[in-house]
Amino acid sequence: MDSSRFRPFSSADAVACRRVGKTWAEGTVRAHEALRDIDLDIAPGEFVVLLGPSGCGKSTLLYLVAGLEAQTDGLIASFGDPVEKPSPDRSLIFQETSLFPWLTVWQNVSFGLSIRGAPEAERRAVATEALARVGLSAAIDKRPDELSGGMRQRVAVARALAMRPKVLLMDEPFAALDVQTRAKMQDFLLDVWRDSGASVLFVTHHIDEAVALADRVVVFTARPGRIKSILPIGLPRPRDPFSPEAEALRRQLTAELKAEVDRAFAEQEALATA
Amino acid sequence: MASDLAGAVSGAAARPAAAAAAPTRFPPPWRAALARLGWTAASIGLFVGIWELCWATGLSDPKLLPPPHIFLANIPDQARFFNTATRWQIGINPADGPSPYEAVFITIGATSMRVFVGLAIAAVLSVSIGVLIRYFQLLERLTLPTITLLSPISPIAWLPIAIFIFGIGNAPAIFMVVVALFFHMTLSTISQIDAVNRNYINVARTMGATKRQIYARVIIPAILPQLLLVLRLNMFGAWMVVLVAETTGVGFGLGQVLSMARNTFNPSLVFFCIALIGVLGFLTDLILRMVQNRILFWVPQTAGVLRGL
Repeated sequence: MDSSRFRPFSSADAVACRRVGKTWAEGTVRAHEALRDIDLDIAPGEFVVLLGPSGCGKSTLLYLVAGLEAQTDGLIASFGDPVEKPSPDRSLIFQETSLFPWLTVWQNVSFGLSIRGAPEAERRAVATEALARVGLSAAIDKRPDELSGGMRQRVAVARALAMRPKVLLMDEPFAALDVQTRAKMQDFLLDVWRDSGASVLFVTHHIDEAVALADRVVVFTARPGRIKSILPIGLPRPRDPFSPEAEALRRQLTAELKAEVDRAFAEQEALATA
Repeated sequence: MASDLAGAVSGAAARPAAAAAAPTRFPPPWRAALARLGWTAASIGLFVGIWELCWATGLSDPKLLPPPHIFLANIPDQARFFNTATRWQIGINPADGPSPYEAVFITIGATSMRVFVGLAIAAVLSVSIGVLIRYFQLLERLTLPTITLLSPISPIAWLPIAIFIFGIGNAPAIFMVVVALFFHMTLSTISQIDAVNRNYINVARTMGATKRQIYARVIIPAILPQLLLVLRLNMFGAWMVVLVAETTGVGFGLGQVLSMARNTFNPSLVFFCIALIGVLGFLTDLILRMVQNRILFWVPQTAGVLRGL
């Protein structure tokens, strides 16, 4: 694609999106526009949270950046190279458990290496190291169904880290966990992120989660998803969720989102009655 | 609400007492197995009991529906009908050959062999073709319409073809089993492939897996559990078809004995064969279940999840 049409991007950007759009089932009667005109730069080592109402296309953007789907408009680049297909540099962590139930924990973690034909000793060593980083050394020979939901997501993070990605893409990874586990996992994720130096693009619809994690929060509009506003979170880490500043940010984000949620509801009702 | 709570509390209190009172001679897994065996015996006993009661009260005619104590009483008498001599060959005396008891086992073995060989061929063939159809789109376009068209045809309709092509012997019976299972299992393999969790495939894709690696390392392991279930369900179909195939020109087998029993009006022999087939079917299912538990250790055991309703 001719990239000169777009605002220039730097090869230092972990991810650069230029006027990205995605229409599902384009050219058919079921066509619907999920994303429009997304312009976003993510710096190396930056933690960016995509926040928006359900169905606003934030997960779609993640799939586009991962290279699992192709955008219908615009350009996505990672470290200067256009994204055309999936790459081990950009690991995606899913909301649902995605560990292979037929492999043990360490075999799951080193799956990417086995794809490249790495010898077993090397795979086991990498898995041992990655599992140590997520605090699950003891589970190395267990099977996924022997672990709790939180532990399984930690293994999924270890599997992503084992590929030494430059960008970690996370699609509501903690949505299926209870509130206490979720808070634990957020702390854990921040530790892992700091150690790895990777950029994180994190999708959520939880305002608390966005304020707890992000360097910048990108607020999406309802369908089609567009960037409504970008809010830097300047709070020092570790963050106190009960500080007045955090409270004020949550209030601001709640107000930003409310209009979009109301609009999404009105649209759905109009569709239902049509 | 309050009474519920009280019940729960008293139930919790009562449970340890009951456990302590239970005999501790057997370890728990043995006890569970014994209980299952007991219930199986009780179930069969109930069925047999009703049948015998019908006979004792004169409700059913023993000439038409001989109860178990009659058709199981004289096994040597039944066994002599299991003639495994190759009677159609010139110069062979039908009276030659193994003893009646040996003949029963040879007959059972011959029929089981046909079922298992047919099942194995059908499984390997249909899984390979199902996977190849999804892998190569050209193959799908060329073969899937034909397979879909042929799948609803009753395997019985293939019987003349089996005899035309393979004559008599084991081959037509095995062919019938393969034909009965092949179309079904191929279509089922394809739908299993389509139902594989997209996340599994996407994980492999983000790690740089090729199409071949995705099929070999993700799709095939992911569809195995359902395939084994399909195989188990189709095993009953295989037993059904093999009996039909054996009634015509196979030489010997349980189906041949059954059809002879029908022609000679021998209900005792019919029920004896039915009992044998029942036991064999149960054993094959048991074997497949054991295979399933061994190679599919990761599949959660869901039997009895609705028991608490």
